[in-house]
Amino acid sequence: MTFTRRSFLAGSSALALSSAPIIGRAQGSDNIIFASILDLSGGLDIYGTAMADATSLAIDDINAAGGLLGKQVELKMYDAQSTIQFYTQYATQAAAGDRAATVHGGITSASREAIRPTLARFKTMYFYNTQYEGGVCDFNNFCTGSTPAQTVAKVVPYAMNKWGKKAYIIAADYNYGQIIAQWVERFVKENGGETVAIEFFPLDVTNFGPTINKIQQASPDMVFSGLVGGAHVSFYRQYAAAGMNAEIPIASTTFGIGNEHKLISAEEGNGLLAAYSYFEGVQNAENTAFLARMDAKFGANRATMNELTVRSYEGAMLWAEAVKLANSVDHAEVSAALKSGLTYNGPSGPITIDPQTNHAIQNVVLGELQDQEFNIVESFEAQPPSDTQLVCDLNADPTLSTFYFENGLAAAGIE
Amino acid sequence: MDLVAAIGFQLAYVIANLALISLGLAIIFGMMRVINLAHGEFLMLGGYTVVVATNAGVNVWVAMLILAPLVVGIIGVIVERVLIRWLYGRMVDTLLATWGLSLLLVGLVTSIFGASTATTVSPPLGVIRFGNYSASGYELFLILITIALFFLVWLTLRFTKLGLLARGTMQNAEMASSLGVSTNRIYMITFGLGAAVSGLAGGLLAPMTGVLPTIGATYIAKAFITVISGGSAILAGTTAGSILLGGLNGIFSFVVGSTFGEIALLLAAIVLLRLMPRGITGRFFRKSL
Repeated sequence: MTFTRRSFLAGSSALALSSAPIIGRAQGSDNIIFASILDLSGGLDIYGTAMADATSLAIDDINAAGGLLGKQVELKMYDAQSTIQFYTQYATQAAAGDRAATVHGGITSASREAIRPTLARFKTMYFYNTQYEGGVCDFNNFCTGSTPAQTVAKVVPYAMNKWGKKAYIIAADYNYGQIIAQWVERFVKENGGETVAIEFFPLDVTNFGPTINKIQQASPDMVFSGLVGGAHVSFYRQYAAAGMNAEIPIASTTFGIGNEHKLISAEEGNGLLAAYSYFEGVQNAENTAFLARMDAKFGANRATMNELTVRSYEGAMLWAEAVKLANSVDHAEVSAALKSGLTYNGPSGPITIDPQTNHAIQNVVLGELQDQEFNIVESFEAQPPSDTQLVCDLNADPTLSTFYFENGLAAAGIE
Repeated sequence: MDLVAAIGFQLAYVIANLALISLGLAIIFGMMRVINLAHGEFLMLGGYTVVVATNAGVNVWVAMLILAPLVVGIIGVIVERVLIRWLYGRMVDTLLATWGLSLLLVGLVTSIFGASTATTVSPPLGVIRFGNYSASGYELFLILITIALFFLVWLTLRFTKLGLLARGTMQNAEMASSLGVSTNRIYMITFGLGAAVSGLAGGLLAPMTGVLPTIGATYIAKAFITVISGGSAILAGTTAGSILLGGLNGIFSFVVGSTFGEIALLLAAIVLLRLMPRGITGRFFRKSL
């Protein structure tokens, strides 16, 4: 049998003929359609599957409480398979085909940027319930996740106070990582510290040996990680295997939202710092009730709740509250209700939309990892999205649909 | 000086890592000419075997060195009997079939274990020091076991009857068959051995990288590139390919950054295949195994 490079290429091009799943048309029912687009398979499913579970619990809770406007809410769940192309396709399907009242979803910033323009064009209200780098300024897009000024600005001074002034930044190599690295660098500088190096990693890198040598060479006081996805979890293991976790501590902007602290052993993760709007240890009645309902629906082996999952629930509930207040699913009316100072009390605490940026004003908690649990060491109430507020004013121009940090902070006029 | 030693060690590890993930594919693809797109999933299954076994209380060394190759080898034999044996000589069909198998295995493992798996298998060896620099002792173990594994495969192919029959069958199946060799059985055993080697590699890497249902995707492209760059002599080729590509990847990762390390690896493979379409061993070490 002959085998040449040419025949191999001919063969492998058959791979390109990947088939999209067949999508049903919207039913003729008069339910209110709530669409969710998340990665339920592929490399990003470590985030997506738990977010989808939380979303479906929210829809259950809304319907159990009598639905909205006398109708049931119907959840259309799309699996974007960790592929950007499917995001665009499903966003169009949800907006034009299903005529969804709202679309929630997107995990990576890349996926958000893929669907945000589409949904703005169709004026289908879009909720992005993920913590991210800030800078979206879109009349149609409500960003409920935390942003760097809310979280990173809290971890950096705490970590520098505890460990020292020199930081080594490592991050995933796409828009989130690139921009979050600039935020970390900026906050380190503001607190009188120094960034000794910044390094980026493609999402499928699993060998961090050369980087660990470089960190040893630079000998910083701390490593600041913005690594993303399943493959990057290798870093924390290899760092510990080289004995580094006992020498140079780690703070992170992403560790924990994929439940990374459950994937590595207690010894490998102990002492790591991170800040989000939610850890399971948040003490309030809503959280206790929420965790009990998650247990009831998904069993005791359900995923550990983190900001991404809880905010997926809260984002859906916040939208539902706005629909009730507006007594309509009309885009303008729901939008006005959301921006009216409406507050939803969720498991993470009160959430209010800041009308200037369409971002959430929310509580933030700073956690230290101990035995695979984040212990809350400090809490901050009602934090405004002051990063995005620097560049975005939807009060002045309510037609904006821009991502200001696309080309980095300097390009957005932030020094 | 410490830094040179530390970097030298890391380079050796990057090369060994590449060789380790490629060896199983070198046997199945390099020797049998079966394009096994489920290779990454064989590695992943090896990793899951270790995680499940250690969670059930099995000693981690037993799980890695015995159970992982055994379980994946058996899976390999089943796959060969059910799927692959109908498709010998039909390259595009095997490509599609193994791609489907890859998706199936990812789906099955995800539905059994969930999207992310708690893998508290820590690298079971301490730290080695080069002055101010340190590395994992487990990385040293992986370098040594990769060398040992290559030596073992070489011994098997070169000196055992099975090795001789396998090489003969791969060179000319009809002739081997007319000389009384059960080529059917040889194919099955070779595929099973390739799968077992992949399972061993996946098991050994589990403590360093963790396991996820989708972890195979991070290995598959590099393994194919290494084996194709290496050319037809599977052991010499995979070794040469790993040294060249892994070395460049390691050096560029250290000097410029990981992104450029990946670019250097891919670029080197493209240039190499343009100049030597039959891989390194298509031109050098042609008589080697």
